[in-house]
Amino acid sequence: MPKVIIKLGADISTDDIYPGRYMATVLPTETPDFCFANRTEFNTRLKAKAFTPGSIILGGENFGCGSSREQAASAIQGYGLVIVAQTISRIFLQNAINLGLRVIICPTIEAEEGHELTLEPMEVVNVTTGKRFPIQPLPPARQAIIDAGGLIPYTRQRMGNG
Amino acid sequence: MPMTITEKILAAHAGLESVRPGEIVNAKLDLVVCHEVTTPPAVAMLKKLGITKVWDPTKILVTPDHFVPNKDIQSAELTKSLRQWREEQGIERYYELGNHGICHALAPEQGHVHPGMTIICGDSHTTTMGALGAFASGVGSTDLAAGLATGELWFRVPESIRFNLEGQPPRGVYSKDIILEIIRRIGVDGARYMAMEYRGSALPYLSMEARFTITNMAIEAGGKSGIFPVDAITEAYLAERTPEKGVRYESDVDAEYAAEFFIRVDQLEPMVALPGLPSNGTSIAQAGPVKMDQVYIGSCTNGRIEDLRIAASILKGNKVAKGTRTIVVPATTTVWKQAMREGLMDIFAESGCVISTPTCGACLGGHMGVLGSDETCLSTTNRNFTGRMGHPSSKVYLASPATAAATAIAGGLADPRDYLPEDCNFTIAEQQLWGV
Repeated sequence: MPKVIIKLGADISTDDIYPGRYMATVLPTETPDFCFANRTEFNTRLKAKAFTPGSIILGGENFGCGSSREQAASAIQGYGLVIVAQTISRIFLQNAINLGLRVIICPTIEAEEGHELTLEPMEVVNVTTGKRFPIQPLPPARQAIIDAGGLIPYTRQRMGNG
Repeated sequence: MPMTITEKILAAHAGLESVRPGEIVNAKLDLVVCHEVTTPPAVAMLKKLGITKVWDPTKILVTPDHFVPNKDIQSAELTKSLRQWREEQGIERYYELGNHGICHALAPEQGHVHPGMTIICGDSHTTTMGALGAFASGVGSTDLAAGLATGELWFRVPESIRFNLEGQPPRGVYSKDIILEIIRRIGVDGARYMAMEYRGSALPYLSMEARFTITNMAIEAGGKSGIFPVDAITEAYLAERTPEKGVRYESDVDAEYAAEFFIRVDQLEPMVALPGLPSNGTSIAQAGPVKMDQVYIGSCTNGRIEDLRIAASILKGNKVAKGTRTIVVPATTTVWKQAMREGLMDIFAESGCVISTPTCGACLGGHMGVLGSDETCLSTTNRNFTGRMGHPSSKVYLASPATAAATAIAGGLADPRDYLPEDCNFTIAEQQLWGV
């Protein structure tokens, strides 16, 4: 069952997720090395593959604010992690959709590091506390892009079908 | 149906009579601005999809800006691939080193931004260009790729927030103080997904340069775009740069706004945003004394000629404090040359500043002034998130160029009103210039 591997506060910026000094690194195969690079301990555990794919980064309000750098989304995606946050900044959300990074907007979520969550279509269940929290689903057209693995696979699928 | 400027621009570019906030529209793009960090990944995506040609090379502007002159091999490879791509594509609006500049300052300065346009760039501070009455918004590399390939992009029509800026800015108060006050009031997500529209009796006192500072920081309140209506100041700025007049849209008097704020500009004091978030604004008097290891004057927020004039007027005849490294970074080559012609470079050099070539540089912790552990920096840039300009324990304070210059002399946070020469108030100069 997916676990919360880190609980972050409000207004986590892309400078925190992917510091600007690594912005010359752009390949999605390389950006994960610098994911949360300023949080040395967390970054070390990420690189050591300490977390199973599907594990959850818990954010507060306005997750991913700041710069439009797509590396912030690709770095997290490299580890197969899922974002559950109260709200998500506009450009980060758009980048996450385009790259197929799974993001769940759950305005009332209550959970702590180590809690186990299940992600249902319309709610997040905190299995550790037994509480359930409604999610704000993405518009179906946006969710379809995430489900396809991002805008490029989505476009390819549609071109193939057309 | 009554609409805001932003709604009218998006409707016109989507081929619709009218649009409503929340509606998804596919809009034609008039300008796509490209720099070396986010464009190469977009180009790589297009290659993967087998798309070898951009939709229209005449509607694309290219300049390297983030890590120029190349800071390392990796950034050199990025600018190299940008250069090759623009050659292959035959993009003529290309600003190589020697003509380059921070793209959000360069594109309007060189006359490529006109009222009524739709503009995207793979950079969050694209909002800057909205000051000319255009819709300009930042996107990631994938959306940039889609825009470059098709000349269109889908947008969710944003709700608009109306900010009424009222009164004449007092001495020592600049547009940076206005936007820091706005973000203090509404928070870093107060305008999330929305267009920030500016109105009010303060507008005649705000030059185009001052307006760019305000729209630049729309993203710091979570905004999708920032926009000023077109007036005589806009028209005069355009007339110096381009024969194009663009399309002038006005918000209808009964247009709907998600919220409305009144900002008493005439009662503002010089502001500083304390480290952590751009919304941590406070008046300089309340901020108390803080020693600064570095002062940084530049960026797409405050690296234009007016900013440098204000800073130079304060630094003239003074020395920067020992222990306070002061870095001046003109935003574009044209600003750099103009500053040299006006003697501002001499003033900066004599006062002990270093002057850099245009670059995004240390604003994003890239190069040319990165901070070490626990160091403090008063910066005229737009972000003070943890680790933004370097070491995660370094601290960034945001303020106007005037406050930055005063702080450089004092060696710690200082009130520009204590340093401004009597005969040098650019607010008044603008007022006289435009016959207000």
